[in-house]
Amino acid sequence: MTADRSQGRATRESFVADTTNPVTFTGNRGLDLEEPLIFEQDAPGRCGVDLPNVELSQSRLGGHERKGEIGLPGLSEPQVVRHYTRISRNNYAIDAGLYPLGSCTMKHNPRLNERVARLQGFADIHPLQPGSTVQGALALIDELAHWLKTLTGLPAVAMSPAAGAHGELCGIMSIRACLEARGDARKVVLVPESAHGTNPATAVACGYVVEELRSDETGRIDLDGLKSRLGPDVAAIMLTNPSTCGLFERDIVDIAAAVHEAGALVYCDGANFNAIVGRVRPSDLGIDVMHLNLHKTFSTPHGGGGPGSGPVALSAELAPFAPLPWLVHGDDGLALVEHGEGDASQALGRLRAFHGQMGMFVRALAYMMSLGADGLRQAAEDAVLSANYVLARLSSTLSVPYAGPCMHEALFDDQAFKDTDVSTLDFAKALIDEGFHPMTIYFPLVVHGAMLVEPTETESKESLDQFIATVEALVAKAKAGDAEHFHNAPRLAPRRRLDETKAARSPVLRWRPPEPETQSKEQGTKAAKDVKTGDALAASVG
Amino acid sequence: MRYLPLTDADRTEMLSAIAASQIGAAGIDDLYQDVPESARLDTLVDLPRHAGELEVSQAIGAMAARNMPASSVPCFLGGGAYRHHVPAAVDALIQRGEFLTSYTPYQPEISQGTLQALFEFQTQVAMITGMEVANASMYDGSTACAEAALMSSRLTRRNKIVLSGGLHPSYAEVVETMARFTPLEVVRNRPMAPMPGVHDTSALETAIDADTACVVVQQPDLFGVLRDFSKLAEVCHAAGTLLVVAVPEIVSLGALEPPGAYGADIVVGEGQGLGVGLNFGGPYVGLFATREKFVRQMPGRLAGETRDVDGKRGWVLTLSAREQHIRRGKATSNICTNSGLCALAFSIHLSLLGEAGFTKLAKLNHARAVETADRLANVSGVDVLNGAFFNEFTVRLAKPAVEIVDTLAERGILAGVPVSRFYPDRDDLADLLLVTATEMNSTADIEQMADGLTEVLA
Amino acid sequence: MSGRKYTDEHEWIEIDGEVGTIGISNYAQEQLGDIVFVDLPEPGRALAQGDEAAVIESVKAASELYAPVDGEVVSSNEKLGEEPGLVNSDPTGNGWFIKVKLGDPSQLDGLMDEDAYQQFISNLE
Repeated sequence: MTADRSQGRATRESFVADTTNPVTFTGNRGLDLEEPLIFEQDAPGRCGVDLPNVELSQSRLGGHERKGEIGLPGLSEPQVVRHYTRISRNNYAIDAGLYPLGSCTMKHNPRLNERVARLQGFADIHPLQPGSTVQGALALIDELAHWLKTLTGLPAVAMSPAAGAHGELCGIMSIRACLEARGDARKVVLVPESAHGTNPATAVACGYVVEELRSDETGRIDLDGLKSRLGPDVAAIMLTNPSTCGLFERDIVDIAAAVHEAGALVYCDGANFNAIVGRVRPSDLGIDVMHLNLHKTFSTPHGGGGPGSGPVALSAELAPFAPLPWLVHGDDGLALVEHGEGDASQALGRLRAFHGQMGMFVRALAYMMSLGADGLRQAAEDAVLSANYVLARLSSTLSVPYAGPCMHEALFDDQAFKDTDVSTLDFAKALIDEGFHPMTIYFPLVVHGAMLVEPTETESKESLDQFIATVEALVAKAKAGDAEHFHNAPRLAPRRRLDETKAARSPVLRWRPPEPETQSKEQGTKAAKDVKTGDALAASVG
Repeated sequence: MRYLPLTDADRTEMLSAIAASQIGAAGIDDLYQDVPESARLDTLVDLPRHAGELEVSQAIGAMAARNMPASSVPCFLGGGAYRHHVPAAVDALIQRGEFLTSYTPYQPEISQGTLQALFEFQTQVAMITGMEVANASMYDGSTACAEAALMSSRLTRRNKIVLSGGLHPSYAEVVETMARFTPLEVVRNRPMAPMPGVHDTSALETAIDADTACVVVQQPDLFGVLRDFSKLAEVCHAAGTLLVVAVPEIVSLGALEPPGAYGADIVVGEGQGLGVGLNFGGPYVGLFATREKFVRQMPGRLAGETRDVDGKRGWVLTLSAREQHIRRGKATSNICTNSGLCALAFSIHLSLLGEAGFTKLAKLNHARAVETADRLANVSGVDVLNGAFFNEFTVRLAKPAVEIVDTLAERGILAGVPVSRFYPDRDDLADLLLVTATEMNSTADIEQMADGLTEVLA
Repeated sequence: MSGRKYTDEHEWIEIDGEVGTIGISNYAQEQLGDIVFVDLPEPGRALAQGDEAAVIESVKAASELYAPVDGEVVSSNEKLGEEPGLVNSDPTGNGWFIKVKLGDPSQLDGLMDEDAYQQFISNLE
């Protein structure tokens, strides 16, 4: 039995119900409002839209008409607006405070981006309109591609991937197609053990066998180990630089040279590009292909988990294998190549139905133009400066597995909590009560109880200082023996710790209408009642 | 620069704190000391300097102005992306910073808004498709379709994927791309122009063999044709094969029998038609629904209901052990995101519609399409090929469709999608045009389209 | 002392005649945390030593049960479908995974006995 390493502790049995806060009649607490599911607010006859009456003498659905009811609830517009407004307030957000999630680059999302993405000329054009009617959209994609090519130093960019992991697929597939075109069947992709989980998952999806590379004592790829593993069976290395430990791979140029000498290619996961934009061109490091997360480095919003956008910059050797469609300069302006013919005869097929995440392209270009060559470089420097400031200020409070300087994120382990009975998870939950989103925890897996802090360049020094002071105070509290405080955190969030074991053992993945006249009412109706009568359950559970 | 809060004084102070620590770096350049010297850029890259909000607005606005917005002209485009009216409340709500600027809900105590919305989304998707469960969304309909093929193979331990000729060709291509470096064998049936009265599924039934993992069909299909798939479902199930139904126009489910009712094992869809808008093809929102018993092989995120330590109902991401951040190389998919904000927009739009609005919207679409088909049928040189359809149908023109479309575009009419855009090598499909009418198309639009066609076909 | 034998991947096997019962050790269930799902092989499946015989999912981890010896699956513990928590509460009893008919009993000699296994895990910490 080998457990994939995860040190997370989901729940603790020692929780006690929080009885210090008064119970209200409604279950609401001031601005903290309880909100039932939309399905629990249904009333026949209500509707949130007004549509004209339909005049149709005869249906032409050919007998395929829907016969039963769907079960969708009816609500008026004010109810719908209130529902989503209320539930939105149960979310933390970068708009509200520091969100130092390492490897996620939670930077400010400029509102100009939102405005220009909604211009009718972008938001209201159909992907299959004739090329002559969308020249401005194609020009915007071309312009964004130019910025990405300039910043990476790579000559081509595949724009269609919808997210970072989708970009990884694109990149590894182009590597495989390129090697196969060379007549060079290779089977193995090397992935450092600190990598994002998407890296091995991607390599496997492309039919490769994954082998893990160990890190050296400085948290970096062991060059000698790599050299001894390289051989005619290795297709590529997938590395992240700066790495998931927040470190720059010092030996990257030698790593790339060794990989190339062995006939393999270098894939770079661009999740951490924010640290080096405008200061380092990946092409100068020997990287052949790299995805860029527009939703990390280039400020497009994370939206609670997507949509992202993951364009892939490619070397000249890999460019012929970029997925369709291609954007080319033709006689009548810009044109899309949508079929694998001519120059595109070696192209990978489509990776998604249409051309790319246009809405994200507009936002990313607005961001890049706003910052410009000087601002992008300054942003990278400020991101690195902020992370090093956190690392410097907290290095005597928390323990640091790898000596700095770091890049744009600072990595700590859980040594500081030794003998306190406080885990990394407990510590993260205590930060929630202090008004911060926790840092990334238990990743990368190579560090015990990892805490990865990525402040980004859009935090003020005052904000960083408050975070640092809070961490210092909490560590002191843990060391003073107040483990209970941490075990019971969070107390002040919209919900306290949730039972993930229950959720996974008997999954409830949708609402179902309450069954009348039977005993199995526990989900919909009972829950709705709980909300109405306040948290009377609180005293009896825990 | 407006997005950067640090002042020079801050930077100096921060650097001295760093210099005094074990890091010991004295300046910014020292923080980059691990970068090999040969790769350090000492000067700015060759791109414009920073710009104010006004300048950027103007430059990007100028690019937007060079496009022809679909709603500025009569527009009859479909073919996998559908133009519908999105209520104003949808955009206002998704722009709340709490939704827009939050991350994946990995800390559930402070992400209940996103999690509750996803749980509601999953429920809505399951309801309209007639399935038991749905995930929290995929990138788009085509990637959902490819994931369904891969999931079918995992469930059946078989390798052959049979694609209907009526499946959207881009969806079929995405399946082929995703299968390219796997043991999967993809068989694509030949797309055929609709013929009145011919809508059987025998060509698919005969393609099923003992190694067939799934058959993928589309309803309505690329040409707008509606089929009864219940017999195909029976044949599939008798052979141990799964039936995957793709629904690129999600509004159709307000009027049509849901795939769950005729035996679908997996339903994938494009949710763009509700809440999201055209956006030149993305971002969109892929829908993915299946049977409860298959849930552990389902790709993508899932929100599930549970309780917190105080007994209050809440939601978490669950069944994560399927996913790449835990299973790494053994994950069900490499997918790491969903299409969160688009799923939210879809869900808000559907909440505003409700049962009454959703079914009425679908009827309205059908009525507009019937009106359009009947009007175009009167134009000389236009043959409407569909007997039954929802809001999209195929016409055969007396001239190559792409020429007609280009000419009409010059006159400010977006007439539809020439089938040759998907199948440039198929001469027999070159005169086919896909025409879609939705609630957005007025009678005046339809008249303009008919008049335009009359002129250019004359 | 039981006649239970252990692998260095934390499976145990206990022999009764020519059938061995297989599960994961107490140490393993502690490391995994709350088990939420177990995917067991069908009876009749032939396993070679080291094959992935079952999948074990906890809230935040996924792992495999590897066959400690060659053998054919004769039954699997259906109770784990309803109650995967048995692996946590009684890993070496009601939380067993599968019973196999041994292919090569001599392979047992290569496994650790209780004392050796306890020594082995004490060195892991």
